[in-house]
Amino acid sequence: MPTTDDQQQTATGSLTSGANRKWIDSVYIGAITTMSLALMTLVLAIGCALLWQSMPAIKALGPGFVTGHEWDDAAGKYGSAAFLSGTLYSSGIAILVSVPISICSAIFLAELAPKWIRLPITFLIELLAAIPSVVYGLWGIFVLIPLLRDKIMTPALGSAAIAKIPILKSLLTGAGYGPSMLAAGLLLAIMITPFITAICRDILLAIPTMQRDAAAGLGTTQAETILKVVLPSAAPGLIGAVMLGFGRAFGETMAVTMVIGNMTPNTPDGRSIALFDPGYTIASAMANKFTEATPGIATAALIELGLVLFVTSMLINFFARSLVRLAARRVAA
Amino acid sequence: MTSLASTPVLVQRRVLNALFQTLCGICAVIAIAVLGYVLWFLFRQGITYFKPSFFTRLPDNVNPVLGGIKHSILGSVNILGIALSISIPIGILSGVYQAEANGKLCQVVRFLTDVLNGIPSIVIGLFIYAIWILPYAQKHPGQGYSGIAGGAALGIMMIPLVMRTTDEMLHLVPQSLWDASLALGTPRWRTMLFVVLPSARNGIVTGVMLALARVAGETAPLLFTVLGNEFLGPITGPVDALPLRLYKYATSSDPVQNAMAWSTALTLILIILILSILARFLTRAGKRS
Repeated sequence: MPTTDDQQQTATGSLTSGANRKWIDSVYIGAITTMSLALMTLVLAIGCALLWQSMPAIKALGPGFVTGHEWDDAAGKYGSAAFLSGTLYSSGIAILVSVPISICSAIFLAELAPKWIRLPITFLIELLAAIPSVVYGLWGIFVLIPLLRDKIMTPALGSAAIAKIPILKSLLTGAGYGPSMLAAGLLLAIMITPFITAICRDILLAIPTMQRDAAAGLGTTQAETILKVVLPSAAPGLIGAVMLGFGRAFGETMAVTMVIGNMTPNTPDGRSIALFDPGYTIASAMANKFTEATPGIATAALIELGLVLFVTSMLINFFARSLVRLAARRVAA
Repeated sequence: MTSLASTPVLVQRRVLNALFQTLCGICAVIAIAVLGYVLWFLFRQGITYFKPSFFTRLPDNVNPVLGGIKHSILGSVNILGIALSISIPIGILSGVYQAEANGKLCQVVRFLTDVLNGIPSIVIGLFIYAIWILPYAQKHPGQGYSGIAGGAALGIMMIPLVMRTTDEMLHLVPQSLWDASLALGTPRWRTMLFVVLPSARNGIVTGVMLALARVAGETAPLLFTVLGNEFLGPITGPVDALPLRLYKYATSSDPVQNAMAWSTALTLILIILILSILARFLTRAGKRS
């Protein structure tokens, strides 16, 4: 239905002019505006509340909170560096595993698959994105961890060949008793794949068909059309989608808590690239240490962890959303 | 044509094309196979305790095998009810604002709700803990946890989802409908309430149900707010919820509880599935009418 600018103006134009002669209208406009302002305040309030309640820890610990890597209630040491690196590492693994599969699946769904299977598969993927993380965690504990332990960790730790390959030997090592960085990274990858696939598919579908037709008219194969025409114009959106997936993995709590082992790696700085070592992420540390935290500085330090998570995920989401929006604008223009 | 078809370059391009198509197909199969494997396992393991007594009994300390998760189901239903009663008014009204207004403020609100949508769920739980439970617990040690607080946390998570669908559904209502109503001299609020909203109703209900399905399995925001309970409790105190029960049973060392975790998970998944399928059904019914 064509809408001229003029029509748009009468219906959705300035809220204060024209149609609202009746006082109820001003109440109505007032109510919906207030609600929106309240919603806006809510987001700011989340940041402020976390800042307020973590003040005792911020004052007492200062920058040591970010630089320190020891978290010891008894000794009064609260350092989050090891948690932050654990979070980055597990989300990094998840992204590395998930992105190629997600983007290829999205291309398959949006460009290659026959029409009749697109709808059921899309529905299935959306459904899978709705499975709660605690259910993935359950599956991780009883299926993924035993599988990794018996089929990957034990053979790799016993293999003499791997011990000779420079990079692999420092990656494929560690405690190897099951709950580990590897399990957390893979489980996160499984969880964010439907999410990234769904967004990428939407972005690919938004690229005008004309571009594909023009390329096909020049005699390109389907692969060339996708790789050289569709993907370049979808690139900002796809990067945004990947970042949204990273944001998901970054703040994921339950599934990670259930399979990561919840132990800082036993190294001097609490960091380890060994995939078979247990680890800790910011979110899993919060979930785990919360029950044993005493009121006072221990609780404040946990809330400060939440603040760190809040700020980082805000930044990630800010950039991701901007990229997705930029992509949409570029397609529209 | 025949000479073209056999050019080495063209053959190479065709082979690459086929390779690319196969690769994408394989990736899609891998993604679906892994996820199907998760679901299949869930069903196979979950069926063990999936029987009526499991839903109508409380945990049994004497004979754990006879216990059930009645208190968790009731707790979840209550918490989700509170989440609905918070998110529906705020979400729909701000969605209506998005459709009625345009300008800077509108964009800022939309952007901030996008941001709200991306905040990890555990942070939302921590927020409720920081402004509600912690101040209360400082005066009355050990108290403050309640089903209402958990409902508030889930409600906050639902707001952006409800707002977004309301906004999208209202924009799908033909402009001519707005114009016709306004041209008759109907005030804006009446136009919205009696003309535009009813025609977008199915879509909005769908959105609300999908939002509900998404928060129904959230565990992290409940950890700090409702705490969990082994018994039936009033909503003003610590209550149990399905995801919390599932977490507790999954991480327990008791094999019976482990097995019950699978059945709890199956229950949770079925609730989410039913909500999503009902939502789809509604959208379809709406499109047909």
